[in-house]
Amino acid sequence: MTEDHLRSLIGRVKRGTLSRRGFVRRVAALGLTAPMATQLLAVTGAAPAAAQAVPAFPQRVRGGGGGALRILYWQAQTLLNPHFAVGTTNQDGSRVFYEPLAGWASDGTLHPILAAEIPSVENRGLSEDGRAVTWKLKRGVKWHDGQDFTADDVVFNWEYGRNPATSAVTIGSYRGVNVVKVDDYTVRVEFERPTPFWADAFVGSRGMIIPRHVFKDYTGAASRDAPANIRPVGTGAYRFVSFQPGDTLRGEANPAYHAQGRPFFDTIEVKGGGDAASAARAVLQTGDYDFAWSLRVDDEILKRLEAAGRGQVSFLPTGAIEHIQLNAADPAREVDGERSHPSTQHPIFRDPAVRQAVALVVDRDSIQRFIYGRGGEATANFLNNPPRFRSPNMRYEFNIQRANEILDAAGWVRGRDGIRVKDGRRLSLLFQTSVSAPRQRAQAIIKQAAQRAGIEMELKSVVASVFFSSDVANPDTYTKFYADMQMYNTTMPQADPQLFMNQFTSWEVASQANRWQGRNITRWRNEEYDRIFRESEGEMDPVKRAALFIRMNDLIVGSNHVIPLFNPQLVNGHANNLRPVLSGWDNTFWLLRDWHRV
Amino acid sequence: MTQYLIRRLLIAIPSLLGISVILFTVLALAPGDPFEELATNPAIPPEVRQQLRASLGMDDPIHIRYFSWLAAMLRGEWGYSFVSRIPVDDLILQRLPTTIAVIGASQVLALCIALPVGVYSATRPYSIFDQIANTLAFIGFSLPTFFTGLLFILFFSIYLDWLPFVYNANINATGWKWWWEQIRQSIMPVAVLGLFQGAAWTRYVRSAVLDVIRLDHVTTARAKGLPESRITMRHVVRNAMIPVVTLVALQMPAVFGGAIVTEQIFRVPGIGSLLISAILANDTPVIMAVTFVLSALVIFFNLVADILYGWLDPRISYR
Repeated sequence: MTEDHLRSLIGRVKRGTLSRRGFVRRVAALGLTAPMATQLLAVTGAAPAAAQAVPAFPQRVRGGGGGALRILYWQAQTLLNPHFAVGTTNQDGSRVFYEPLAGWASDGTLHPILAAEIPSVENRGLSEDGRAVTWKLKRGVKWHDGQDFTADDVVFNWEYGRNPATSAVTIGSYRGVNVVKVDDYTVRVEFERPTPFWADAFVGSRGMIIPRHVFKDYTGAASRDAPANIRPVGTGAYRFVSFQPGDTLRGEANPAYHAQGRPFFDTIEVKGGGDAASAARAVLQTGDYDFAWSLRVDDEILKRLEAAGRGQVSFLPTGAIEHIQLNAADPAREVDGERSHPSTQHPIFRDPAVRQAVALVVDRDSIQRFIYGRGGEATANFLNNPPRFRSPNMRYEFNIQRANEILDAAGWVRGRDGIRVKDGRRLSLLFQTSVSAPRQRAQAIIKQAAQRAGIEMELKSVVASVFFSSDVANPDTYTKFYADMQMYNTTMPQADPQLFMNQFTSWEVASQANRWQGRNITRWRNEEYDRIFRESEGEMDPVKRAALFIRMNDLIVGSNHVIPLFNPQLVNGHANNLRPVLSGWDNTFWLLRDWHRV
Repeated sequence: MTQYLIRRLLIAIPSLLGISVILFTVLALAPGDPFEELATNPAIPPEVRQQLRASLGMDDPIHIRYFSWLAAMLRGEWGYSFVSRIPVDDLILQRLPTTIAVIGASQVLALCIALPVGVYSATRPYSIFDQIANTLAFIGFSLPTFFTGLLFILFFSIYLDWLPFVYNANINATGWKWWWEQIRQSIMPVAVLGLFQGAAWTRYVRSAVLDVIRLDHVTTARAKGLPESRITMRHVVRNAMIPVVTLVALQMPAVFGGAIVTEQIFRVPGIGSLLISAILANDTPVIMAVTFVLSALVIFFNLVADILYGWLDPRISYR
């Protein structure tokens, strides 16, 4: 399908000569999935850009009256300032009380919360050159202490977050932009260069707005002493009652909430600690709690608990990807005191035939079916979501016979012990991952299949707190990659792949020079990839931009330096009568105000 | 006596210093990073992580970090939690009431079982009662608490649906209703810990009483024609209690330290669960504070045990 053809179809939808359904059918015939088609319509402005994935909330005159909402987190909240919230647990805890201008719905589109509307080119919120976004704020919003929410609060958050002395984890979203107050209810975010991904500052998990009048005396180094760090004053549907760090968080319905009829519940309680399995039990089997977050439990157990009939498990697509990396650098040779030095080449993986053979012996379907169940979806792509960025070109295959043929043809001959050898080098690989039962089982499945193709794999597992640490002195971290292969899960925190896909650019290669903080851990480098990544940074046309990301995905996956395994789902459990509104692109509580019981 | 106390307290200072050096070094040498989650998140630039490390003084050499920690500790500042960004003493004080209530109740339960059962079975050795008590005590302390905990949950919460298995530290009720809820949710954790401890102590009490009961002064008392109950209480138990008091006193720090596994299973927000989550999150100031307080308590209760000896046995004098 050519780009022009697609454009003419989209144009016809816009003019009204082609129905949306007709459009979806036609592009489906051309090999595009239905979700991708509807998203194309949305991003090009032919259909409303606002989220359609947000379910209806019952018509109510007043909020409250729904009783208590009881939630279990097996990881407890430790602080409630969104600018300091490391990790999703604390972001979720802050999200009970604080709100951003807009949130990401489950289909990867924006849903206005403190904004009056989502900026677009049509409503003149987005400048044509991609250098500025103008947000119109909702009027009549009040902080929990009765003060008005205005543009000053929004500007304050930018100043607070970008100040290096504050050490806010949101600094990445705020330091590269300039924020201007246009009037009391309008702010403009200005970018240094055309920015296709404009919805970062003030949006989603890192966009929660804290009140200026409460925090203005606690900026920079004093930010740590703010009493409101654990006693939040927000705009959310629930207001603060009590908080014990590491244990329980309580809130009650905010009677002055700015959305009519919300929230449904009178009180909310988020209890932390314990383990995922017993959390699943408390929701699915005994019904003591209404909702349990992130149930990383064997799917078999979840199915058995669900059979009790009190609750159900929900699965949400995310952008995360469990994958295997084949090192492009040589982990055995030391250059300037550094192994896996970017200037070296892996002696075995230099041969594309070996990489292809390794990809062929990975049995993704079995790994998904027997280990992860409904919690993951086997995939051939590194970039899977939102669907408009998913490549239709990649296929995966489990075929030991073909792996053998490829290796035979490439001159790797089986030795006496059945392991292949070429030029005196044995096809023996060190395969590392973090300690976790499912990962070790997946390693074993892959090792067995590899054996049948004459590839020897030595398995290694490192404790997660070491493997994922940034400890420069430790040789076992995943960024050092002192192994031939490694497997882990990388997450995509936003509904846009710009940040996510920088992990294969040449300037991000992890090395001693950047204290192994670079994000390109495979150390794979490709000029074409670098070029189109740069291009995507300035490309304002959403269709062209999606095509660029699809090409990037095809380049890295096609090189077989990265073998995508599966796309993990967000697994939550909830009572049968609870209707939580969830999204894989935002916090669990992103639209807590719409949660209700039926 | 006063002199003895002062000497003991002075000896405690170098031991505490030594303990703190060892704890600090071990924690500093352990791998891991409190900002692990930042490292895997692409949206957070690495400079932020380095800035955070620098602002919390994590990049200084070990000995400098130790001395600044010690100086702060002497001033009464326990440090800031990396994870919660609030003072550590606030965190600990928040957990203390629950810990003392749950663990304290379990120790009381353990004593209530161990003392009567141990004494009674020692006065009638190898009777049916003694055999049964012995068998149960063996079973009790051979089963680890995580196992009995899960067993209790499966039976009382899932199968019978009588008791809740998620502990709620601030119940939303008043008066008798509050007490009822509090007791209902405490039964399982208290029973799990209390039965385990009680089983071990029963064995100790029994053997201590058996040792005393064969002594000459007991035979003399019997020959005088004293009633059996009076012999047991006055002449046997009081003498037999000396080793038991040591044991109980040394167990007291645990009341403040909590029980890591049981607290985790029942989601009791005690010091034990604070410690384990701090260890998992590499939150050094919290680990340091909790372990240091525990070692100080061990030293303190040792002293208390020594003083109690003198009260139980007037022959012991302090010099």
